[in-house]
Amino acid sequence: MRRLSLESLIDNLILLLGAAVMIFPFYWMFLSAFKTPAEVNTTPPTWVPATFNFDNFAYAFNAAPFARYFLNSVIVTAAVVTLSLVVTIMAAFAFSRLKFPGRDVLFSFCIALMLVPFEMIVITNYATIVKWHLTDTLIALIIPFTSSIFYTYILRNSFLSIPDTLYYSARVDGASNWQYLWRIMVPIARPAIVTIALLNTITSWNAFFWPLLVVNTKLNRTLPLGLYSFITDGGIRYERLMAGATIVVIPVILLFLVARRNIVSGVARGGLKG
Amino acid sequence: MSVAGGLPTPSTGTAPRGFALGRFLTPLAFLLPFLIGLVIFTLFPIVNVFLMSFKEKYQMLTGEFTQYGPGNYVLLFKDPYFLNGLKNTALYVFTVVPVSTALSILFAYLLNKKLRLNPLFQTAFFLPLVTSVIAVGLAWKWIFNFDYGVFNFLLSRFGVEPINWLNNPNYSLWAIIIYGIWSYLPFTIILLLAGLQNINPLYATAAAVDGASKARIFFRITLPLLAPTVGLVLIINTISASKVFDELFPLFNGKPGAAYNLYTVVYYIYEVFYVKFRLGQAGAAAVILFLIVLIFTLVQLYLQRNWQHY
Repeated sequence: MRRLSLESLIDNLILLLGAAVMIFPFYWMFLSAFKTPAEVNTTPPTWVPATFNFDNFAYAFNAAPFARYFLNSVIVTAAVVTLSLVVTIMAAFAFSRLKFPGRDVLFSFCIALMLVPFEMIVITNYATIVKWHLTDTLIALIIPFTSSIFYTYILRNSFLSIPDTLYYSARVDGASNWQYLWRIMVPIARPAIVTIALLNTITSWNAFFWPLLVVNTKLNRTLPLGLYSFITDGGIRYERLMAGATIVVIPVILLFLVARRNIVSGVARGGLKG
Repeated sequence: MSVAGGLPTPSTGTAPRGFALGRFLTPLAFLLPFLIGLVIFTLFPIVNVFLMSFKEKYQMLTGEFTQYGPGNYVLLFKDPYFLNGLKNTALYVFTVVPVSTALSILFAYLLNKKLRLNPLFQTAFFLPLVTSVIAVGLAWKWIFNFDYGVFNFLLSRFGVEPINWLNNPNYSLWAIIIYGIWSYLPFTIILLLAGLQNINPLYATAAAVDGASKARIFFRITLPLLAPTVGLVLIINTISASKVFDELFPLFNGKPGAAYNLYTVVYYIYEVFYVKFRLGQAGAAAVILFLIVLIFTLVQLYLQRNWQHY
């Protein structure tokens, strides 16, 4: 018994140390955001701020248009998530429920396309956006991301698990494919749909490379891009940068706290990386 | 797609039965938005980038080029910045991926031993998954700061002289590697935890009844059974780490290291195409990146097939 509890003590100590290392950059970010310029640059550093001052947040919202960045991020994320949900739900329905010659070949082809890195196709996509005169618009941040093969793949698997008999009885009762999809299939597949909506929200909120390419002016920046410009616009003042960083991460952290299980199970299916 | 020989589809046709086109109309209507996006923003760009990589002296706006040839690839492999990018990317991948995987095995194993996963631990270990690379990268930039950074402060407690992590070319790669290891942990732990939960606990119980020590059970039973998941994680992380790019922006203000010593393959693509407008060469570098990803994907498929017996 003694040996066991010693072992569990060591386990817990290692886990606590690991958890502390993982959480530390966030702690340090939030802490520094509340410090005064004088307190930030002290050695040894203080581990709790002397006073909680909100000047740095006020500066972020006044000197740089962080409120505008926030709004842009919300618009782009909402549009990407909504549009890609509609598009991928329809596609997943065709790939799982409808029968047509060449369906499985077409689907396998799409799966093969998944291995192409986004960084590779970005060159042509940028040229396309330039050609369509869409540079420096929020539309440019939205339209390349409506057709997600990966989300279609997850949804198709979920749709395939719904019994055929349900479909035929609904059709006999006079429901069209369209009605069947939105009134019966989508409510049943809700967990999978919520999962991809969450993963897509996180990915879209944090997107950096594509906005970096297509956005040129301040007013069209999303939060990560605005934060990056804050380094050069505002000078390297860490208490201010940390306030900006806090504004960027707080919404997704809240989302994570609310939907942790769903996000983690989605990630376990390979949902965020690559 | 061939129309002949298709299965009868009693329920999908909106056109009269027997009319071959009708078989496609409904599916097409559902697939159209998806296919349009796919063709414009994925399929066409892939074909185009391959073609572009062989167009010598290609101009994006006019579409002019001198001839098709391997010239861009020759330029690419003569460019010291590209070679520097390949080297740094390889160093990054071959340190970040094994180290973070080894640490993840430890943490996943310990987390799996608990009957109920403490939400506090879960939040702490998985939070970096959802947060912006730019925001968290700035926090790391601040941690790595030479004068007031907390990392140098902690090291000074062990008698280590302050290190100029971000501005000294000898250390900047290490800074990005340390940040990389940290940021790969959550995803890796989640996948390994899922792998551990799929192992039947009866094996370990049986071995324990036979008197095997915990360490022996771990190395002789748990680890071999976890091998397919470890292999999968190694490949996924290798592919993902090969595309290291975003991290350079918060840490080095958008430069590839303070002394332009930290090019990566993707940063090189970005610079050649977006700053220098040398599209053919950027296309060639993108094709090389694709080949790297392709090779690792093929290894993954091969391993998955050969590990089926577990």
